Amino acid sequence: MSAPILLDPTNESRPAQREQLARPTSINGLTVGLLDIAKARGDIYLNRLEELLVAEGAKVLRFRKPTFTKPAPPDLRHEISIQCNVVIEALAD
Amino acid sequence: MKPQLPDGIVAIVKRECATCVMVDPLFANIAASDTPLTVYTQDDPTFPTSVTALHDADLSVSWHYDIETVPTLLRIENGEEVDRTFGWSKDAWQKFTGITDLGADLPVMRPGCGSLSVDPNLEDELRVHFTSSTLHSRHVELASAEDEFESMFTRGWTDGLPVIPPTPERVLRMLTGTTRSPQDVVAIAPPNLVELTVEKIAINAVMAGALPEYLPWIITALEAVCNDEFNMHGVLATTMPVGPVIICNGPGTKAIGMNSGINVFGQGNRANLTIGRAVQLTIRNVGGGKPGEVDRATHGNPGKLSFCFAEDEAGSPFGTLAQGRGIAPQQNAVTVFAGEGPRCVVDQAARTPEQLTNSFAACLRATHHPKSVLSFDAILVISPDHSRVYAEAGWGREKILSELYARLNIPGAELVKGALDMAEGLPAKFADRIVPKFKAGGILLAHAGGGAGLFSSIIGGWANGAMGSTPVTRPVLS
Repeated sequence: MSAPILLDPTNESRPAQREQLARPTSINGLTVGLLDIAKARGDIYLNRLEELLVAEGAKVLRFRKPTFTKPAPPDLRHEISIQCNVVIEALAD
Repeated sequence: MKPQLPDGIVAIVKRECATCVMVDPLFANIAASDTPLTVYTQDDPTFPTSVTALHDADLSVSWHYDIETVPTLLRIENGEEVDRTFGWSKDAWQKFTGITDLGADLPVMRPGCGSLSVDPNLEDELRVHFTSSTLHSRHVELASAEDEFESMFTRGWTDGLPVIPPTPERVLRMLTGTTRSPQDVVAIAPPNLVELTVEKIAINAVMAGALPEYLPWIITALEAVCNDEFNMHGVLATTMPVGPVIICNGPGTKAIGMNSGINVFGQGNRANLTIGRAVQLTIRNVGGGKPGEVDRATHGNPGKLSFCFAEDEAGSPFGTLAQGRGIAPQQNAVTVFAGEGPRCVVDQAARTPEQLTNSFAACLRATHHPKSVLSFDAILVISPDHSRVYAEAGWGREKILSELYARLNIPGAELVKGALDMAEGLPAKFADRIVPKFKAGGILLAHAGGGAGLFSSIIGGWANGAMGSTPVTRPVLS
């Protein structure tokens, strides 16, 4: 029996490899973005994080997804990438 | 490439066919006339005997000119076919050739025989030979000792059940179910935002066990889920137990043998099960959405393998879901809804529409949580035994829905946090208000199920509206 040939049912793509950035040794003076994914009470958690980060000398910028059920819009992702050194995406329920 | 045929009359014959043998001498008559004649023989290159024939050895002429019957006569002018006749008809051949006494001693008519190019034993092979260049997917060659079914499990291509191996033969046969080009992009498939081609859908439809005539329904269902409105990304990623519920309408549901009756949500019907399965396999394989990865469902539900059914339109006293959503009568259509598994409503005693509606409303009230309001839609699938109560009372879709909504306006005191000793609920400020359980349009009505049983079904939804998913209805095109 000859070997069967199958057609690949997948998208045949490979994820792009990206180098991870080095972990900052200190957040003092860095701009930290806090992304609220818009789930209930996420703000409570992020408010507390902001207090802690500011106390460490970080500048904090707040961002919010329109809804937690959909990926962050490209414009929002771009905005975060140009304004922040570090981003923390947080989920709370 | 379609072969170019010479101008004049072109005949396609085979020796195996008694009608072709009968008309063999006539080709000499035609060749002697003013019209040039070219004869192609499918099997024996020495046939016909009255003229010299070209051998259509690879059946390229027969395939590309869609020859179904031999003998066939084609008339070619300026390289294009302008007329054809097939089988033997004395009258038709005399007119076609302009030879008034052609075959005068032959019977008036004889049917032809099947062309070798449509021989069921050859057709798949020929389709691969002549059309596989339209396919772009990577070929995965298995080792001869490899079990192809196990190999597909190992590669992560299945939903946990075995799948049919997607060979080029099967995929090309599947593609005969649509007029769309294999490389047409139907949608952008989540979660990896991949261009979803008709070819990739056909491959996954083969794997799901679907037939070519289901393909337009599968394509339409995928178009309907892969957009911002339905939000397949969120439906896939949510921790809630929902998946795409596919409701099919129109005469085509009967033509492809869908079930709208006994055990409508259950096992046993190929079309129902494989249409829904093909949609989910496509999201898994092309979109890249897999349980434990982007699919984070806490429990999921068995309908995430496939949850697809046809509406019982003929028996419905309140029209169809698709028509209620703006689709013309007799138009095939698909409605998709982000839904959980069905739950049963038992009411064996109601004899008035009011009593029955009270029961439905009480059960709908409990969708997801008795104190949850406005966040979730639901489909109420009414059975023939229950719909009879409405039919006898003359209640149509609008009346049933308005009576349901009227019974689902809930005093805020029952809904606020802490009420009924449940922490879930609305802020205290709603205590003095009346709050509807469902938003306007949040209850969808469908009619399906076996003819016996005073039961209906509720399919609860997922986060509704712009922050979640909105049901989508699309016409099915070929």
